[in-house]
Amino acid sequence: MSDLTDLYQQVILDHNKRPRNRGKLPTANRVAHGDNPTCGDQCSVYLRLDGDRVAEISFDGSGCAISQASASLMTTQVKGKTPAEIEALFKNFHHIVTTGEMPEDISDIAAFAGVHTFPARIKCATLGWHAALNALKGDPTTVKTE
Amino acid sequence: MPDWNQIRLDFPTLRQEVNGKPLVYLDSGATSQKPQVVLDSLARFYLKDNANVHRGIHALSMRATDAFEGARARTARFINAADSAEIVFTRGTTESVNLVASSWCSANLRKGDVVLLTEMEHHSNLVPWQQAAARAGATLRYVPVVGADAELGLDLEALDRLLTPEVKLFAFTHSSNTLGIINPAAELCARARKVGSLTLIDAAQSIGHLPVDVQALGCDFLAFSGHKMLGPTGIGVLYGRKALLDAMPPYQTGGGMISSVDFFESRWKPSPERFEAGTPNVADAVSLAVAMDYLDGIGREAIEAHDRELGAYMMESLADVSGIRILGPRAGMPRSGLVSFALADAHAHDVVTFADQDGIALRGGHHCNQPMMRKLGLASTSRASCYVYNTREDIDRMVASLRRIVKFFSGA
Ligand SMILES: Cc1ncc(COP(=O)(O)O)c(C=O)c1O
Repeated sequence: MSDLTDLYQQVILDHNKRPRNRGKLPTANRVAHGDNPTCGDQCSVYLRLDGDRVAEISFDGSGCAISQASASLMTTQVKGKTPAEIEALFKNFHHIVTTGEMPEDISDIAAFAGVHTFPARIKCATLGWHAALNALKGDPTTVKTE
Repeated sequence: MPDWNQIRLDFPTLRQEVNGKPLVYLDSGATSQKPQVVLDSLARFYLKDNANVHRGIHALSMRATDAFEGARARTARFINAADSAEIVFTRGTTESVNLVASSWCSANLRKGDVVLLTEMEHHSNLVPWQQAAARAGATLRYVPVVGADAELGLDLEALDRLLTPEVKLFAFTHSSNTLGIINPAAELCARARKVGSLTLIDAAQSIGHLPVDVQALGCDFLAFSGHKMLGPTGIGVLYGRKALLDAMPPYQTGGGMISSVDFFESRWKPSPERFEAGTPNVADAVSLAVAMDYLDGIGREAIEAHDRELGAYMMESLADVSGIRILGPRAGMPRSGLVSFALADAHAHDVVTFADQDGIALRGGHHCNQPMMRKLGLASTSRASCYVYNTREDIDRMVASLRRIVKFFSGA
């Protein structure tokens, strides 16, 4: 079971059960939708960009624990940041989920390190992030992680 | 009564551990494992008989041609076709459906015509008709799937309303790859025939699981894949009534399918060669015939009973897993050895990852049934599907694993 408890860290189970910033954001000025056609995971990201910072953000969707917890955690991490900072965060996150290596200054995101031993699940972990990045780019087309 | 534990030993793939546990393979709905005799046949063909078919005069070519045409005759017997010229080898169900949707529809489907489908069709028996209908200016109609989760089935009462004279073709699945439902195929064909509609049966999930007799079913076309019936991947069959096939234009063109070629025009051979342009998949066709011998050695009635028994045992064993939603046919309707379910506490992908850690192969997702899943309000389900090598112990192990999954996710 050790690989599984690595994959489903307490932080992930917690975000899955009690998602943060879930639901539509009426004040949003950016929206993007992420879709994982092979398994049906879906994630919409709503955000309000104020100047060059994300003032508010929320997500909505359905899918596996990894995709939903990752989207939830993502919203807590990107709030108040600039698009450039968010891209840097995503780079770190992507590095963690694909290699399992953990840079020291990374907080809760490190909970996703266990994903790297389950390559089929990397696309679940990155779905919300891709949607957020697309929302920032002002690209409303559906992103597909497959 | 076949000795199922003995049969299991014929499948080398099953003799392995996955994540430190003996493999339990419950994904035969996606593809079946292969018995040793089929693997031996593939090797034997390439070791001894390999040559191109038809056109050749030398010994190996004649042997390969005999084996290939023998496989066609064997397939005709397997589904009780009247004539082996009614057997076209394809890559699989998907290509067989595409062949009809492309060739038959281009010559016969007109503006205002209707192709009737059911809401439980696999994307393979849905998207090709969308395309063909769009090309012809025809429309699609669907027989609804109705009922509560465990009482699902086709709305057969709606059929009289849907089967109007505009319906030129009714394509439906024999056995659902998501619901474990076996449809009353002979009745559906008979009702279609009354309004002059042709029928195509998607037999991907029924072939090799129960007796399939095209004459008793009364269908015009029947499509299936070798890999779901213990045969190799990359080989499948389109059955079509001879008169229909001979009146259809080619699907692909090239070598092997022509009777004569001039610089500016060509003439086609009759079926089945007309639809087999290029070098066919000889080794896989020959080995598919070996899979048919193997299945008939067990007996398809016995396999049907085994599937039904395991399907019922799964329904019963899963019933008290907490928060489970099981899909299935209403009581009294025939069911297969395939069960789909959703857990309130764990998403299908998490279930499949978890089960895999216990050495159990399940499938999670929309099972290429997106429109129906949307209608049922499900983004995805987990699916367990049985075949000749599965036993009650496999199901016990899956259910034990599911109980741990529920505990893990609901406890969080
Ligand atoms: C009911 C049904 N139809 C069609 C197909 C497509 O078969 P293939 O991918 O072998 O062409 C499948 C396989 O998943 C199926 O289950």
